[in-house]
Amino acid sequence: MDDSRRDFLKKASIASLGIAALPVLSAGVRAVSGHGAATDSIQWGMVIDVQKCDNKALADAAQKACHTEHNVPAVPADLKDEEIKWIWTEAFQNVFPEQAHARMAHKLHDKQVVVLCNHCDRPSCVRVCPTKATWKRKSDGIVMMDMHRCIGCRFCMAACPFGARSFNYSDPRKFMDTEKPANTLYPTRSMGVVEKCTFCADRIREGRQPACVEAANAIVPGAMVFGNVNDPESEIYKYLTENHTLVRQLNLGTGPNVYYKL
Amino acid sequence: MSDKGKIFLGLIVFIVAVTYPMWGGVFAKTPAPDVQLPDGKCIESRDYMVANHMNMLDEWRDKFVREGEEIYIASDGTEHAISLTKTCMKSGCHDNKTEFCDKCHTYADVDPYCWDCHVAPDQVAPKGGN
Repeated sequence: MDDSRRDFLKKASIASLGIAALPVLSAGVRAVSGHGAATDSIQWGMVIDVQKCDNKALADAAQKACHTEHNVPAVPADLKDEEIKWIWTEAFQNVFPEQAHARMAHKLHDKQVVVLCNHCDRPSCVRVCPTKATWKRKSDGIVMMDMHRCIGCRFCMAACPFGARSFNYSDPRKFMDTEKPANTLYPTRSMGVVEKCTFCADRIREGRQPACVEAANAIVPGAMVFGNVNDPESEIYKYLTENHTLVRQLNLGTGPNVYYKL
Repeated sequence: MSDKGKIFLGLIVFIVAVTYPMWGGVFAKTPAPDVQLPDGKCIESRDYMVANHMNMLDEWRDKFVREGEEIYIASDGTEHAISLTKTCMKSGCHDNKTEFCDKCHTYADVDPYCWDCHVAPDQVAPKGGN
């Protein structure tokens, strides 16, 4: 031990500086590697054509297809705060607040835009979940829910900047027709859990398109495009490279995988 | 020490009252559940399923929901879809919750919350039927 006290303190302070700099450096690396870089892994994504989806019949059909398939309860209008929704519409200026300036085109004002969970690359809901009831699937990038594990703390709802999550304030079965779920092969939820869009994980497993995409495209072909955004051969990859699209709240850095074509 | 008798009497009453839950059932006549078993063979032996179905379902839900495994390979090598409603409770198997699941669960005084969410086929109309 030849080191003097002074040398030891010098080395210790350099080491602690290095440790403190680590998160900053790794964040920089993440920012450079960035959102949208092609990789081998699957990342499901969706394009919503805002013009083609500006159609109440289409939006209603997409929502009905989704909510019927997943037994999402139709909460009565007088309980608006308890509403449960996986896919719905919002006014343009609320979907893209950073795009809504004072001289925005009149046709965009109040235009109804279809919204759903963005299945983000870096989902804030997953970060805050204390039980890992919600997590990002490594196999295909879906932000999944495990209803068995959800304790209903609603941290994820506070963390999600898109309001994509709904809480079951009461037993959802009481809002279903004659207490009979529409799809007996899909579970309902119980009181006290949070639910949201799963990108139709069960349909994807069978090689089918999500219910909303199927319903929307049956009304207006090309209204929605769904696929693996990491696969250069996929329709959605080509669509995204050839068209200008927006994502919601890009500046927040969550990396949404639902894209909007204006 | 003239209260000896009273003390012993009180002690006996106390012991009888405290241990009643342990031996009280000896005299009770609760008939064993008469469970309706479906024809055919379950994915594992009867004894195994009676003892372990709850553990199997617990493992299944993590395998399917969290790990993405869809197929269970039974000890005899047969493959089954990992699903409570599509495998266990499919038509011809345990499609009657009231006569199968509930009989034993009521007898054993357990209240699993599977059906808070999962839909029992005998309790609802078929798909699209509401």
